[in-house]
Amino acid sequence: MATMKFMCDAERCIECNGCVTACKNANEVEWGVQRRRVVTIDDGEPTEVSISVACMHCDDAPCIAVCPTETLYQRDDGIVLHDKDLCIGCGYCLYACPFGAPQFPKQNAFGERGKMDKCTFCAGGPAETKEEEYQKYGANRIAEGKLPLCAEMCSTKALLAGDAQEVADIFRQRVVQRGHKDGGWSGNPRADADSLAYDATQQG
Amino acid sequence: MNLSKTWSTLWRMGLLALALVVGLGLGQQALAQADPDREIATAVPTIDADAWRQIRSGETGPNYRDSRFDSNYNLINASGESWRQLRNRWVSPFGLIAVGGMLGLIVLFYLIVGSKKLDEPRTGRKLLRWSLVVRSLHWTVATLFILLALTGLNLSYGKAVFRPLFGDGFWAAMMSGTKLIHNYLGPIFGVLLVILLLRLLHHNWRKKHDLVWFKKAGGLIGKGHVDAGFANGGEKVWFWLLATAGILVIASGFVLDFPNYGQSRDTMQWANIIHAIGALGLTAVALGHIYIGTIGTEGSIEGMATGYVDETWAKEHHNLWYEEVKDQAIPEADLTAQLGAAHGGDEPAPRSG
Repeated sequence: MATMKFMCDAERCIECNGCVTACKNANEVEWGVQRRRVVTIDDGEPTEVSISVACMHCDDAPCIAVCPTETLYQRDDGIVLHDKDLCIGCGYCLYACPFGAPQFPKQNAFGERGKMDKCTFCAGGPAETKEEEYQKYGANRIAEGKLPLCAEMCSTKALLAGDAQEVADIFRQRVVQRGHKDGGWSGNPRADADSLAYDATQQG
Repeated sequence: MNLSKTWSTLWRMGLLALALVVGLGLGQQALAQADPDREIATAVPTIDADAWRQIRSGETGPNYRDSRFDSNYNLINASGESWRQLRNRWVSPFGLIAVGGMLGLIVLFYLIVGSKKLDEPRTGRKLLRWSLVVRSLHWTVATLFILLALTGLNLSYGKAVFRPLFGDGFWAAMMSGTKLIHNYLGPIFGVLLVILLLRLLHHNWRKKHDLVWFKKAGGLIGKGHVDAGFANGGEKVWFWLLATAGILVIASGFVLDFPNYGQSRDTMQWANIIHAIGALGLTAVALGHIYIGTIGTEGSIEGMATGYVDETWAKEHHNLWYEEVKDQAIPEADLTAQLGAAHGGDEPAPRSG
Protein backbone atom coordinates (compact mmCIF):
# COMPACT_ATOMS: atom_id res chain seq x y z
CA MET A 1 0.00 0.00 0.00
CA ALA A 2 1.08 3.51 -0.71
CA THR A 3 2.31 5.67 2.12
CA MET A 4 1.02 9.21 1.94
CA LYS A 5 3.43 12.05 2.60
CA PHE A 6 3.74 15.81 2.34
CA MET A 7 6.95 17.35 1.12
CA CYS A 8 7.69 21.04 0.89
CA ASP A 9 10.46 22.11 -1.45
CA ALA A 10 11.81 25.16 0.36
CA GLU A 11 13.64 26.32 -2.75
CA ARG A 12 10.30 26.80 -4.45
CA CYS A 13 8.13 28.11 -1.66
CA ILE A 14 7.36 31.80 -2.20
CA GLU A 15 5.40 32.33 1.02
CA CYS A 16 2.17 33.13 -0.82
CA ASN A 17 0.10 31.35 1.83
CA GLY A 18 -2.08 29.84 -0.89
CA CYS A 19 -1.87 26.48 0.86
CA VAL A 20 -3.07 28.02 4.13
CA THR A 21 -6.05 29.60 2.43
CA ALA A 22 -6.87 26.54 0.34
CA CYS A 23 -6.86 24.36 3.46
CA LYS A 24 -9.02 26.73 5.44
CA ASN A 25 -11.52 26.89 2.60
CA ALA A 26 -11.59 23.21 1.66
CA ASN A 27 -12.11 22.07 5.23
CA GLU A 28 -14.16 24.94 6.68
CA VAL A 29 -11.77 24.87 9.64
CA GLU A 30 -13.22 26.47 12.72
CA TRP A 31 -12.38 29.97 13.84
CA GLY A 32 -8.98 30.32 15.48
CA VAL A 33 -7.55 27.15 13.98
CA GLN A 34 -5.20 27.18 11.00
CA ARG A 35 -4.16 23.67 10.03
CA ARG A 36 -1.31 24.78 7.82
CA ARG A 37 1.20 27.54 8.44
CA VAL A 38 4.04 29.04 6.44
CA VAL A 39 7.27 29.64 8.32
CA THR A 40 9.85 32.07 6.98
CA ILE A 41 13.38 32.07 8.34
CA ASP A 42 15.62 35.12 7.94
CA ASP A 43 12.80 37.18 6.46
CA GLY A 44 14.20 40.00 4.34
CA GLU A 45 17.77 38.73 4.42
CA PRO A 46 19.66 37.12 1.52
CA THR A 47 19.30 33.74 3.22
CA GLU A 48 15.51 34.02 3.49
CA VAL A 49 13.76 30.71 3.06
CA SER A 50 10.13 29.68 3.53
CA ILE A 51 8.46 26.37 4.19
CA SER A 52 4.86 25.31 4.52
CA VAL A 53 4.18 23.16 7.58
CA ALA A 54 1.22 21.11 8.76
CA CYS A 55 0.83 17.62 10.16
CA MET A 56 3.53 15.57 8.47
CA HIS A 57 1.73 12.25 9.12
CA CYS A 58 4.79 10.76 10.84
CA ASP A 59 5.55 7.05 10.64
CA ASP A 60 6.22 6.87 14.38
CA ALA A 61 3.86 9.65 15.36
CA PRO A 62 4.59 11.16 18.81
CA CYS A 63 0.99 12.40 19.13
CA ILE A 64 -0.35 8.84 18.88
CA ALA A 65 2.21 7.65 21.42
CA VAL A 66 1.28 10.21 24.10
CA CYS A 67 -2.50 10.57 23.64
CA PRO A 68 -4.22 9.34 26.83
CA THR A 69 -7.51 8.59 25.07
CA GLU A 70 -6.31 7.05 21.80
CA THR A 71 -7.92 9.89 19.89
CA LEU A 72 -5.15 9.75 17.30
CA TYR A 73 -4.54 6.79 15.04
CA GLN A 74 -2.79 5.96 11.81
CA ARG A 75 -4.44 4.52 8.73
CA ASP A 76 -2.76 1.84 6.66
CA ASP A 77 -1.76 4.47 4.12
CA GLY A 78 0.13 6.42 6.77
CA ILE A 79 -2.43 9.21 7.26
CA VAL A 80 -2.76 10.20 10.92
CA LEU A 81 -6.37 10.98 11.83
CA HIS A 82 -8.14 12.02 15.02
CA ASP A 83 -11.46 11.01 16.54
CA LYS A 84 -13.09 14.14 17.97
CA ASP A 85 -15.53 12.08 20.04
CA LEU A 86 -12.62 10.79 22.13
CA CYS A 87 -10.58 13.98 22.48
CA ILE A 88 -10.58 15.55 25.95
CA GLY A 89 -8.35 18.50 25.07
CA CYS A 90 -5.45 17.66 27.38
CA GLY A 91 -2.89 19.14 24.99
CA TYR A 92 -0.37 16.27 25.16
CA CYS A 93 -0.30 15.88 21.35
CA LEU A 94 0.63 19.54 21.14
CA TYR A 95 3.50 19.08 23.60
CA ALA A 96 4.87 16.14 21.63
CA CYS A 97 4.32 17.16 18.00
CA PRO A 98 7.53 18.27 16.23
CA PHE A 99 5.59 20.51 13.83
CA GLY A 100 3.07 22.32 16.02
CA ALA A 101 0.27 20.63 14.07
CA PRO A 102 -2.36 19.91 16.73
CA GLN A 103 -4.37 22.98 17.68
CA PHE A 104 -7.21 23.78 20.01
CA PRO A 105 -10.04 26.23 19.41
CA LYS A 106 -9.82 27.57 22.97
CA GLN A 107 -7.20 28.07 25.63
CA ASN A 108 -9.18 28.74 28.79
CA ALA A 109 -8.76 28.19 32.52
CA PHE A 110 -9.01 24.64 33.89
CA GLY A 111 -7.49 23.30 30.69
CA GLU A 112 -10.64 24.02 28.68
CA ARG A 113 -9.17 23.77 25.20
CA GLY A 114 -12.04 22.24 23.28
CA LYS A 115 -11.42 19.40 20.84
CA MET A 116 -8.11 19.14 19.06
CA ASP A 117 -8.02 19.85 15.35
CA LYS A 118 -5.27 19.16 12.87
CA CYS A 119 -4.56 18.45 9.23
CA THR A 120 -6.25 15.24 8.04
CA PHE A 121 -4.40 15.03 4.69
CA CYS A 122 -7.90 15.91 3.41
CA ALA A 123 -9.01 12.44 4.49
CA GLY A 124 -11.82 13.45 6.88
CA GLY A 125 -12.21 11.33 9.98
CA PRO A 126 -14.46 8.86 11.79
CA ALA A 127 -18.15 9.79 11.51
CA GLU A 128 -21.52 8.18 10.85
CA THR A 129 -22.49 10.27 7.83
CA LYS A 130 -20.71 12.32 5.19
CA GLU A 131 -22.29 15.50 6.54
CA GLU A 132 -21.08 14.78 10.05
CA GLU A 133 -17.62 14.00 8.73
CA TYR A 134 -17.44 17.28 6.83
CA GLN A 135 -18.72 19.24 9.79
CA LYS A 136 -16.19 17.70 12.20
CA TYR A 137 -13.10 17.16 10.08
CA GLY A 138 -13.61 18.92 6.77
CA ALA A 139 -13.28 17.46 3.30
CA ASN A 140 -12.51 13.84 2.52
CA ARG A 141 -10.82 14.36 -0.81
CA ILE A 142 -8.83 11.16 -0.51
CA ALA A 143 -12.08 9.16 -0.63
CA GLU A 144 -12.88 10.99 -3.89
CA GLY A 145 -9.49 10.06 -5.33
CA LYS A 146 -8.10 13.58 -4.94
CA LEU A 147 -5.01 14.83 -3.16
CA PRO A 148 -4.98 17.45 -0.37
CA LEU A 149 -6.09 20.83 -1.68
CA CYS A 150 -3.08 22.71 -0.26
CA ALA A 151 -0.69 20.76 -2.48
CA GLU A 152 -3.05 20.72 -5.44
CA MET A 153 -3.29 24.50 -5.35
CA CYS A 154 0.36 25.30 -4.67
CA SER A 155 1.26 27.81 -7.39
CA THR A 156 4.95 26.92 -7.56
CA LYS A 157 4.43 23.23 -6.82
CA ALA A 158 6.67 23.63 -3.79
CA LEU A 159 4.24 21.64 -1.69
CA LEU A 160 3.90 18.08 -2.88
CA ALA A 161 1.49 15.48 -1.51
CA GLY A 162 0.87 11.88 -2.37
CA ASP A 163 2.53 8.49 -2.39
CA ALA A 164 5.92 8.94 -0.71
CA GLN A 165 7.67 7.13 -3.53
CA GLU A 166 6.23 9.40 -6.22
CA VAL A 167 6.89 12.53 -4.19
CA ALA A 168 10.46 11.34 -3.65
CA ASP A 169 10.90 10.72 -7.37
CA ILE A 170 9.68 14.20 -8.28
CA PHE A 171 11.94 15.81 -5.71
CA ARG A 172 14.92 13.70 -6.74
CA GLN A 173 14.43 14.76 -10.33
CA ARG A 174 14.35 18.39 -9.27
CA VAL A 175 17.52 17.96 -7.28
CA VAL A 176 19.28 16.42 -10.23
CA GLN A 177 18.09 19.25 -12.48
CA ARG A 178 19.11 21.83 -9.95
CA GLY A 179 22.44 20.23 -9.32
CA HIS A 180 22.28 20.38 -5.59
CA LYS A 181 23.91 17.26 -4.31
CA ASP A 182 22.15 17.44 -0.99
CA GLY A 183 18.59 18.05 -1.95
CA GLY A 184 18.79 21.81 -1.74
CA TRP A 185 18.42 21.70 2.00
CA SER A 186 21.81 22.20 3.58
CA GLY A 187 25.47 21.45 3.42
CA ASN A 188 24.91 18.26 5.32
CA PRO A 189 26.59 15.42 3.42
CA ARG A 190 24.29 12.85 5.02
CA ALA A 191 21.10 14.44 3.79
CA ASP A 192 21.45 13.06 0.29
CA ALA A 193 18.76 13.06 -2.33
CA ASP A 194 17.70 9.53 -1.44
CA SER A 195 16.81 10.54 2.04
CA LEU A 196 13.68 12.66 2.05
CA ALA A 197 13.04 11.92 5.68
CA TYR A 198 15.51 14.51 6.84
CA ASP A 199 16.05 13.92 10.55
CA ALA A 200 16.97 17.18 12.24
CA THR A 201 17.63 15.47 15.56
CA GLN A 202 20.41 13.36 14.02
CA GLN A 203 22.24 16.35 12.62
CA GLY A 204 25.53 17.16 14.27
CA MET B 1 10.76 67.34 -37.74
CA ASN B 2 14.26 66.24 -38.64
CA LEU B 3 15.38 66.57 -35.09
CA SER B 4 12.59 64.34 -33.80
CA LYS B 5 13.36 61.75 -36.50
CA THR B 6 16.99 61.66 -35.42
CA TRP B 7 15.91 61.29 -31.78
CA SER B 8 13.63 58.39 -32.56
CA THR B 9 16.42 56.65 -34.51
CA LEU B 10 18.70 57.13 -31.56
CA TRP B 11 16.03 55.72 -29.22
CA ARG B 12 15.61 52.69 -31.47
CA MET B 13 19.36 52.06 -31.52
CA GLY B 14 19.52 52.51 -27.79
CA LEU B 15 16.72 50.03 -27.19
CA LEU B 16 18.39 47.54 -29.50
CA ALA B 17 21.64 47.88 -27.63
CA LEU B 18 19.82 47.42 -24.34
CA ALA B 19 18.02 44.36 -25.66
CA LEU B 20 21.34 42.93 -26.79
CA VAL B 21 22.98 43.50 -23.42
CA VAL B 22 20.02 42.09 -21.51
CA GLY B 23 19.73 39.19 -23.90
CA LEU B 24 23.40 38.35 -23.51
CA GLY B 25 23.12 38.58 -19.76
CA LEU B 26 20.06 36.35 -19.59
CA GLY B 27 21.70 33.94 -21.97
CA GLN B 28 24.64 33.65 -19.67
CA GLN B 29 22.36 33.12 -16.72
CA ALA B 30 20.58 30.40 -18.63
CA LEU B 31 23.93 28.83 -19.32
CA ALA B 32 24.78 29.00 -15.65
CA GLN B 33 21.52 27.24 -14.76
CA ALA B 34 22.22 24.49 -17.19
CA ASP B 35 25.55 23.88 -15.49
CA PRO B 36 24.94 22.52 -11.99
CA ASP B 37 28.43 23.13 -10.65
CA ARG B 38 28.32 26.78 -11.67
CA GLU B 39 24.93 27.22 -10.07
CA ILE B 40 26.24 25.85 -6.79
CA ALA B 41 29.15 28.25 -7.01
CA THR B 42 26.94 31.29 -7.60
CA ALA B 43 23.72 30.42 -5.77
CA VAL B 44 22.84 32.17 -2.55
CA PRO B 45 23.09 29.52 0.15
CA THR B 46 19.62 28.72 1.41
CA ILE B 47 19.68 26.96 4.67
CA ASP B 48 22.94 25.69 6.06
CA ALA B 49 24.03 23.62 9.03
CA ASP B 50 24.04 26.69 11.27
CA ALA B 51 20.46 27.46 10.40
CA TRP B 52 19.52 23.87 11.21
CA ARG B 53 21.24 24.12 14.57
CA GLN B 54 19.29 27.27 15.28
CA ILE B 55 16.02 25.60 14.29
CA ARG B 56 16.80 22.62 16.51
CA SER B 57 17.64 24.81 19.48
CA GLY B 58 14.21 26.38 19.24
CA GLU B 59 15.55 29.91 18.75
CA THR B 60 13.51 31.80 16.24
CA GLY B 61 15.60 34.89 15.55
CA PRO B 62 14.34 38.41 14.86
CA ASN B 63 13.42 37.68 11.25
CA TYR B 64 11.45 34.52 11.91
CA ARG B 65 7.86 34.65 10.66
CA ASP B 66 4.97 32.28 11.22
CA SER B 67 1.83 32.90 9.22
CA ARG B 68 -0.37 31.47 11.97
CA PHE B 69 -2.18 33.99 14.11
CA ASP B 70 -0.66 34.54 17.56
CA SER B 71 1.79 31.69 17.05
CA ASN B 72 4.78 31.38 19.34
CA TYR B 73 5.99 28.13 17.83
CA ASN B 74 9.37 27.55 16.31
CA LEU B 75 9.74 25.50 13.14
CA ILE B 76 10.59 22.22 14.83
CA ASN B 77 9.68 21.38 18.41
CA ALA B 78 12.71 19.22 19.20
CA SER B 79 11.93 19.12 22.95
CA GLY B 80 8.65 17.36 22.15
CA GLU B 81 10.50 14.13 21.42
CA SER B 82 12.50 14.40 24.66
CA TRP B 83 9.25 14.90 26.55
CA ARG B 84 7.69 11.91 24.84
CA GLN B 85 10.66 9.66 25.65
CA LEU B 86 10.83 10.84 29.26
CA ARG B 87 7.11 10.32 29.74
CA ASN B 88 6.57 7.08 27.86
CA ARG B 89 9.84 5.30 28.61
CA TRP B 90 10.62 6.44 32.14
CA VAL B 91 7.81 8.13 34.02
CA SER B 92 4.92 5.88 32.95
CA PRO B 93 6.57 2.47 33.46
CA PHE B 94 8.44 3.41 36.64
CA GLY B 95 5.38 5.15 38.06
CA LEU B 96 3.42 1.96 37.58
CA ILE B 97 6.22 -0.02 39.20
CA ALA B 98 6.28 2.40 42.16
CA VAL B 99 2.54 2.35 42.79
CA GLY B 100 2.07 -1.36 42.03
CA GLY B 101 5.22 -2.31 43.95
CA MET B 102 4.07 -0.38 47.00
CA LEU B 103 0.67 -2.05 46.87
CA GLY B 104 2.37 -5.46 46.65
CA LEU B 105 4.74 -4.68 49.53
CA ILE B 106 1.86 -3.59 51.76
CA VAL B 107 -0.13 -6.74 51.01
CA LEU B 108 2.96 -8.86 51.75
CA PHE B 109 3.68 -6.94 54.95
CA TYR B 110 0.09 -7.38 56.10
CA LEU B 111 0.10 -11.10 55.31
CA ILE B 112 3.49 -11.81 56.91
CA VAL B 113 3.78 -9.32 59.79
CA GLY B 114 0.14 -8.39 60.20
CA SER B 115 -1.30 -5.29 61.78
CA LYS B 116 0.16 -3.69 64.91
CA LYS B 117 -2.11 -4.36 67.87
CA LEU B 118 -1.96 -2.45 71.15
CA ASP B 119 0.36 -4.21 73.63
CA GLU B 120 -1.59 -3.19 76.73
CA PRO B 121 -5.37 -3.24 77.22
CA ARG B 122 -7.17 0.04 76.62
CA THR B 123 -7.67 2.25 79.67
CA GLY B 124 -10.95 3.62 78.39
CA ARG B 125 -9.72 7.16 78.93
CA LYS B 126 -9.46 9.33 75.85
CA LEU B 127 -7.15 12.10 74.68
CA LEU B 128 -8.04 14.72 72.10
CA ARG B 129 -5.65 14.34 69.16
CA TRP B 130 -7.23 15.99 66.12
CA SER B 131 -9.54 19.01 66.27
CA LEU B 132 -12.66 19.19 64.14
CA VAL B 133 -11.02 21.69 61.80
CA VAL B 134 -8.03 19.43 61.17
CA ARG B 135 -10.27 16.39 60.73
CA SER B 136 -12.51 18.17 58.23
CA LEU B 137 -9.51 19.42 56.31
CA HIS B 138 -7.85 16.01 56.42
CA TRP B 139 -10.84 14.11 55.09
CA THR B 140 -11.59 16.69 52.40
CA VAL B 141 -7.98 16.65 51.25
CA ALA B 142 -7.90 12.85 51.49
CA THR B 143 -11.07 12.44 49.39
CA LEU B 144 -9.77 14.87 46.80
CA PHE B 145 -6.38 13.14 46.78
CA ILE B 146 -7.97 9.77 46.10
CA LEU B 147 -10.15 11.21 43.32
CA LEU B 148 -7.17 12.99 41.77
CA ALA B 149 -4.96 9.90 42.06
CA LEU B 150 -7.58 7.67 40.42
CA THR B 151 -8.29 10.13 37.60
CA GLY B 152 -4.57 10.78 37.16
CA LEU B 153 -3.84 7.07 36.93
CA ASN B 154 -6.66 6.75 34.43
CA LEU B 155 -5.17 9.55 32.31
CA SER B 156 -1.83 7.73 32.30
CA TYR B 157 -2.77 4.08 32.09
CA GLY B 158 -6.54 3.91 31.48
CA LYS B 159 -6.28 3.43 27.74
CA ALA B 160 -4.69 0.02 28.21
CA VAL B 161 -7.54 -1.18 30.44
CA PHE B 162 -10.88 0.52 29.98
CA ARG B 163 -11.11 1.10 26.25
CA PRO B 164 -10.78 -2.59 25.36
CA LEU B 165 -12.97 -3.46 28.36
CA PHE B 166 -15.96 -1.15 27.84
CA GLY B 167 -15.79 0.09 24.24
CA ASP B 168 -15.63 3.56 22.73
CA GLY B 169 -18.93 5.02 23.94
CA PHE B 170 -18.23 4.43 27.60
CA TRP B 171 -14.55 5.22 27.19
CA ALA B 172 -15.24 8.67 25.69
CA ALA B 173 -17.60 9.66 28.52
CA MET B 174 -15.29 8.20 31.14
CA MET B 175 -12.29 10.16 29.89
CA SER B 176 -14.16 13.48 29.59
CA GLY B 177 -15.36 13.00 33.17
CA THR B 178 -11.88 12.05 34.30
CA LYS B 179 -10.37 15.19 32.84
CA LEU B 180 -13.13 17.43 34.24
CA ILE B 181 -12.73 15.99 37.76
CA HIS B 182 -8.95 16.23 37.61
CA ASN B 183 -8.85 19.80 36.28
CA TYR B 184 -11.57 21.30 38.48
CA LEU B 185 -10.87 19.50 41.78
CA GLY B 186 -7.10 19.87 41.47
CA PRO B 187 -6.97 23.57 42.40
CA ILE B 188 -9.32 23.00 45.38
CA PHE B 189 -7.05 20.21 46.59
CA GLY B 190 -4.02 22.46 46.17
CA VAL B 191 -5.42 25.29 48.26
CA LEU B 192 -6.77 23.00 51.01
CA LEU B 193 -3.54 21.01 51.25
CA VAL B 194 -1.54 24.19 51.77
CA ILE B 195 -3.92 25.26 54.57
CA LEU B 196 -3.68 21.81 56.20
CA LEU B 197 0.12 21.84 55.97
CA LEU B 198 0.30 25.28 57.59
CA ARG B 199 -2.05 24.12 60.34
CA LEU B 200 0.12 21.06 61.11
CA LEU B 201 3.51 22.70 60.62
CA HIS B 202 4.20 23.25 64.33
CA HIS B 203 4.00 19.50 65.05
CA ASN B 204 6.51 18.60 62.40
CA TRP B 205 9.76 20.34 63.23
CA ARG B 206 12.76 18.03 63.47
CA LYS B 207 13.57 16.66 66.96
CA LYS B 208 16.57 14.68 68.23
CA HIS B 209 14.55 11.59 69.03
CA ASP B 210 13.41 11.38 65.40
CA LEU B 211 16.88 10.13 64.46
CA VAL B 212 16.54 7.19 66.85
CA TRP B 213 13.07 6.60 65.43
CA PHE B 214 14.55 6.27 61.93
CA LYS B 215 17.45 4.06 63.12
CA LYS B 216 14.96 1.66 64.61
CA ALA B 217 12.61 2.06 61.62
CA GLY B 218 9.84 3.25 63.87
CA GLY B 219 10.12 0.22 66.14
CA LEU B 220 10.29 -2.47 63.47
CA ILE B 221 13.94 -3.10 64.38
CA GLY B 222 14.64 -4.06 68.00
CA LYS B 223 12.21 -4.47 70.83
CA GLY B 224 9.79 -2.08 72.40
CA HIS B 225 8.40 1.27 71.27
CA VAL B 226 10.47 4.21 70.11
CA ASP B 227 10.25 7.72 71.52
CA ALA B 228 7.89 10.00 69.62
CA GLY B 229 6.23 13.32 70.28
CA PHE B 230 2.88 14.39 68.79
CA ALA B 231 4.18 13.35 65.38
CA ASN B 232 6.62 10.47 64.97
CA GLY B 233 9.45 10.33 62.43
CA GLY B 234 7.33 8.63 59.80
CA GLU B 235 4.55 11.16 60.09
CA LYS B 236 7.09 13.95 59.78
CA VAL B 237 8.49 12.39 56.58
CA TRP B 238 4.98 12.22 55.12
CA PHE B 239 4.39 15.84 56.16
CA TRP B 240 7.61 17.08 54.55
CA LEU B 241 7.05 14.98 51.43
CA LEU B 242 3.72 16.73 51.02
CA ALA B 243 5.28 20.08 51.86
CA THR B 244 7.94 19.66 49.15
CA ALA B 245 6.90 17.19 46.44
CA GLY B 246 3.25 17.98 47.12
CA ILE B 247 3.81 21.69 46.59
CA LEU B 248 5.73 20.94 43.36
CA VAL B 249 2.82 18.80 42.15
CA ILE B 250 0.35 21.57 42.99
CA ALA B 251 2.48 24.28 41.34
CA SER B 252 3.07 22.25 38.18
CA GLY B 253 -0.61 21.33 38.18
CA PHE B 254 -1.57 25.00 38.11
CA VAL B 255 0.84 25.55 35.19
CA LEU B 256 -0.86 22.74 33.26
CA ASP B 257 -4.40 23.64 34.30
CA PHE B 258 -4.31 27.29 33.25
CA PRO B 259 -3.01 27.51 29.67
CA ASN B 260 -4.79 30.86 29.40
CA TYR B 261 -1.73 32.60 30.83
CA GLY B 262 0.16 31.79 27.63
CA GLN B 263 2.95 29.69 29.12
CA SER B 264 4.98 28.00 26.41
CA ARG B 265 4.82 24.43 25.21
CA ASP B 266 8.25 23.77 26.73
CA THR B 267 7.16 25.03 30.14
CA MET B 268 4.14 22.74 30.06
CA GLN B 269 6.29 19.76 29.03
CA TRP B 270 8.44 20.23 32.13
CA ALA B 271 5.44 20.90 34.32
CA ASN B 272 3.92 17.65 33.08
CA ILE B 273 7.03 15.62 33.90
CA ILE B 274 7.36 17.13 37.39
CA HIS B 275 3.64 16.69 37.99
CA ALA B 276 3.68 13.02 36.93
CA ILE B 277 6.81 12.03 38.88
CA GLY B 278 5.65 13.86 42.02
CA ALA B 279 2.08 12.63 41.88
CA LEU B 280 2.97 8.99 41.17
CA GLY B 281 5.55 9.05 43.99
CA LEU B 282 3.07 10.60 46.42
CA THR B 283 0.40 8.09 45.39
CA ALA B 284 2.79 5.25 46.21
CA VAL B 285 3.66 6.74 49.62
CA ALA B 286 0.00 7.59 50.29
CA LEU B 287 -0.81 3.88 50.06
CA GLY B 288 1.57 3.37 52.97
CA HIS B 289 -0.02 6.26 54.88
CA ILE B 290 -3.50 4.81 54.30
CA TYR B 291 -2.37 1.34 55.43
CA ILE B 292 -0.70 2.54 58.63
CA GLY B 293 -3.61 4.84 59.42
CA THR B 294 -6.28 2.18 58.99
CA ILE B 295 -5.77 -1.59 59.25
CA GLY B 296 -2.02 -1.33 59.87
CA THR B 297 -2.19 0.06 63.40
CA GLU B 298 -4.91 -0.63 65.92
CA GLY B 299 -6.48 2.57 67.21
CA SER B 300 -5.00 5.05 64.73
CA ILE B 301 -8.15 5.58 62.69
CA GLU B 302 -10.08 6.51 65.87
CA GLY B 303 -8.01 9.68 66.19
CA MET B 304 -8.88 10.96 62.71
CA ALA B 305 -12.47 9.66 62.87
CA THR B 306 -13.59 10.86 66.32
CA GLY B 307 -10.75 13.21 67.22
CA TYR B 308 -9.92 11.18 70.35
CA VAL B 309 -7.42 8.35 70.92
CA ASP B 310 -7.12 5.87 73.78
CA GLU B 311 -4.52 6.54 76.47
CA THR B 312 -2.83 3.21 75.76
CA TRP B 313 -2.47 4.09 72.08
CA ALA B 314 -0.96 7.47 72.97
CA LYS B 315 1.43 5.90 75.47
CA GLU B 316 2.65 3.29 73.03
CA HIS B 317 2.91 5.33 69.84
CA HIS B 318 3.51 8.90 71.03
CA ASN B 319 4.94 8.55 74.54
CA LEU B 320 6.47 12.04 74.73
CA TRP B 321 3.19 13.65 73.66
CA TYR B 322 1.34 11.42 76.16
CA GLU B 323 3.55 12.73 78.99
CA GLU B 324 2.57 16.29 78.03
CA VAL B 325 -1.18 15.78 77.87
CA LYS B 326 -1.92 12.79 80.14
CA ASP B 327 -3.68 14.96 82.74
CA GLN B 328 -6.23 15.96 80.09
CA ALA B 329 -7.55 12.44 79.57
CA ILE B 330 -11.32 12.10 79.69
CA PRO B 331 -13.21 8.90 80.58
CA GLU B 332 -15.05 7.51 77.61
CA ALA B 333 -18.44 7.83 79.31
CA ASP B 334 -17.92 11.55 79.93
CA LEU B 335 -16.91 11.98 76.34
CA THR B 336 -20.05 10.30 75.06
CA ALA B 337 -22.17 12.49 77.34
CA GLN B 338 -20.30 15.58 76.20
CA LEU B 339 -20.74 14.74 72.56
CA GLY B 340 -24.42 14.01 73.19
CA ALA B 341 -24.90 17.40 74.86
CA ALA B 342 -23.08 19.23 72.12
CA HIS B 343 -24.95 17.36 69.42
CA GLY B 344 -25.18 19.53 66.33
CA GLY B 345 -23.13 22.25 67.98
CA ASP B 346 -19.44 22.92 68.36
CA GLU B 347 -17.23 20.42 70.09
CA PRO B 348 -15.29 21.30 73.26
CA ALA B 349 -12.44 23.73 72.81
CA PRO B 350 -9.66 21.83 71.06
CA ARG B 351 -6.61 21.36 73.18
CA SER B 352 -4.59 19.77 70.49
CA GLY B 353 -4.29 19.28 66.75
